[in-house]
Amino acid sequence: MLSHAEASEKFIANQERTDWHDDTLWFVRSKRDKVSKLLPEWEALREQASQIKEHMLSHLPQYLLEFEANAKANGIQVHWAKDAHEHNEIVYSIIQKHGDKALVKSKSMLTEECHLNDFLEKKGIDVVDTDLGERIVQFRNEVPSHIVLPAIHLKKEDVGETFHQHLGTPKGNKDPQFLTEAARIHLREKFLGAKVAITGVNFAVAETGEFVVCTNEGNADMGAHLSDVHIACMGIEKIIPKRQDLGVFLRLLARSATGQLITTYSSHFAKPREGQEMHIVLVDNGRSRQLARDEFRNSLKCIRCAACFNTCPVYRRSGGHSYHQPVAGPIGSILAPNFDKKSNADLPFASTLCGSCSNVCPVKINIHEQLWFWRQDLMKEGLAPAGKVIGMKLMAWLMSSPAVFRMAGGIGRKVMSWFPFMVNNGLNPWYKQREMPAPPKQSFQEWYKLNRS
Amino acid sequence: MRVALFVPCYIDQFYPQVAIASLELLEKLGCEVVVPVNQTCCGQPMANSGFANITGGCDTNFSDNFSGFDYIVGPSGSCVLHLKEHHPDPKIRSSVYEICEFLVDVLQVKSLPAYFPHKVGLHQSCHGQRGLRISSMTELNEKPFSKLTYLLDLVKGCEWKYPERQDECCGFGGTFCVTEEAVSVKMGQDRIQEHQANEVEYIVGADTSCLMHMEGILKRSGSKVGVKHIVEILNAHA
Repeated sequence: MLSHAEASEKFIANQERTDWHDDTLWFVRSKRDKVSKLLPEWEALREQASQIKEHMLSHLPQYLLEFEANAKANGIQVHWAKDAHEHNEIVYSIIQKHGDKALVKSKSMLTEECHLNDFLEKKGIDVVDTDLGERIVQFRNEVPSHIVLPAIHLKKEDVGETFHQHLGTPKGNKDPQFLTEAARIHLREKFLGAKVAITGVNFAVAETGEFVVCTNEGNADMGAHLSDVHIACMGIEKIIPKRQDLGVFLRLLARSATGQLITTYSSHFAKPREGQEMHIVLVDNGRSRQLARDEFRNSLKCIRCAACFNTCPVYRRSGGHSYHQPVAGPIGSILAPNFDKKSNADLPFASTLCGSCSNVCPVKINIHEQLWFWRQDLMKEGLAPAGKVIGMKLMAWLMSSPAVFRMAGGIGRKVMSWFPFMVNNGLNPWYKQREMPAPPKQSFQEWYKLNRS
Repeated sequence: MRVALFVPCYIDQFYPQVAIASLELLEKLGCEVVVPVNQTCCGQPMANSGFANITGGCDTNFSDNFSGFDYIVGPSGSCVLHLKEHHPDPKIRSSVYEICEFLVDVLQVKSLPAYFPHKVGLHQSCHGQRGLRISSMTELNEKPFSKLTYLLDLVKGCEWKYPERQDECCGFGGTFCVTEEAVSVKMGQDRIQEHQANEVEYIVGADTSCLMHMEGILKRSGSKVGVKHIVEILNAHA
């Protein structure tokens, strides 16, 4: 697996595509700026959302049980999964009971996190992702590169070629309307044929036992309404206490995600229709572990809007796949080490700590501070790349000692060479595309001694 | 007013003109400036690389040099932010100022005897801007303000411009600039391109590290655009 830095370098090698990716996502961020600034109460809304989530996290067991009781009273079957494997087994057992071999699935980052598609495909189940972007990446055997815009790394030419191969559209046709129509016809068949539909959950309301699914394509609704069995999969942090809280979250979600005032469909599912089965799978998968860590618990406030992706200058120039995780971007970089520190130790370093992410976040997650905390945690665990520990320790020692610093500085600014970015030779990555600062005749301290003391 | 001048290590070694301009500017504005001679590094490069647990020596040395001053002033937003957020001594944390915020908030400068007849592009370094709140940011729904443009407006002859993306990061990011070299340079190139489109003569900011990174890219490409720390402009005279 390539590290974030290695994968980014490959991505950037195609400069034209990188610029296009950067501009496209910057356009989304700009739309978000425009609509958020039309609301005088925007910052108050963010604060309120953050506090509702704070309250929810502090009372999570109570709200989960309240939700379970109300959902059951509504006729929904509730399942609890402690990890990804249990989640996948539960979903599979429900499908098996109905003896079906195909199902439709609308977007759910949780099922990506649990690698449900792989799991079910190995069991011989044909999973059809019905979100257009997700269907495109599924055809290509890829994973989403963005949690709201799964195929944002692809251009219309790429989609045309993919549809030519998988749907038989004419070679070379890259007309978005034509291609969308082709996908629509293809998916309509799948919708009509599937007895089981899986959806994600954006919000689950404890006081009513209902859940809300937000999409722009209506594919979650189409799947759920046509199926005999509706399975909704959610992380336990998706709970909100009251239905009225949606008045805060629905206003923030779409504005932050795409600059829309609200998603085209914000569908409430409260109970199965007659003859239908409705299931909810509540998944922990490391969330309680994260909840117990003071520095990182706030990450569980995330509503998956991807505003931090769109604003991140690193994400826009490195592409989602460089994060080698189902959830990329800044939020992904603080969630991923909770799953596996070793394989994700590079991600908290894929940031300049510019702080833009924390300030667009609609629930005010201190993302850039958590990146900093993860860096400390990972280095303490001994997950530093070779050479880094010695370099850092030497630098800390040199900088603790003014005499050494002055002496070393005097002989060719040598001490500065312990800054990894200051070594003036061809091996230093600094030097690949940048010049070094020209060393001055004297340091400031030398100048001060001569001129002022 | 007695002020201790904090000169970040790489400014001491590579950009002495920034420290000299800071010293002269503060003196010009009536401060008694003390330069503790045994100062070295604030510890930020280690801490941001995940090694905050070994910066104790730097913290102690900083305390040895700067304890007892009511105002510790330095020309680097990111070093100052590091001290404000992570230095163990609360007195140090509450006494340390980035020089522009010190000029505006503490000295309450209303005029400057400065003259700099050039067109400059303003780079807002993230740690000063978002961390220390030296300027408003485009992410928030807030009334625009900037201590940097307030000061530049006091300089006779100086015309300043924002790049198209007013407050996007330049990609320096400490060790990020070498560990994520490709992204870092691309981010820098994109910032520079927007400044060049504005036909500026200098890129100006309050953090020398960002400027060093952009200067490195400018020089490699043979550009005529230079970089200047804002204190060099505030201290410039005819």
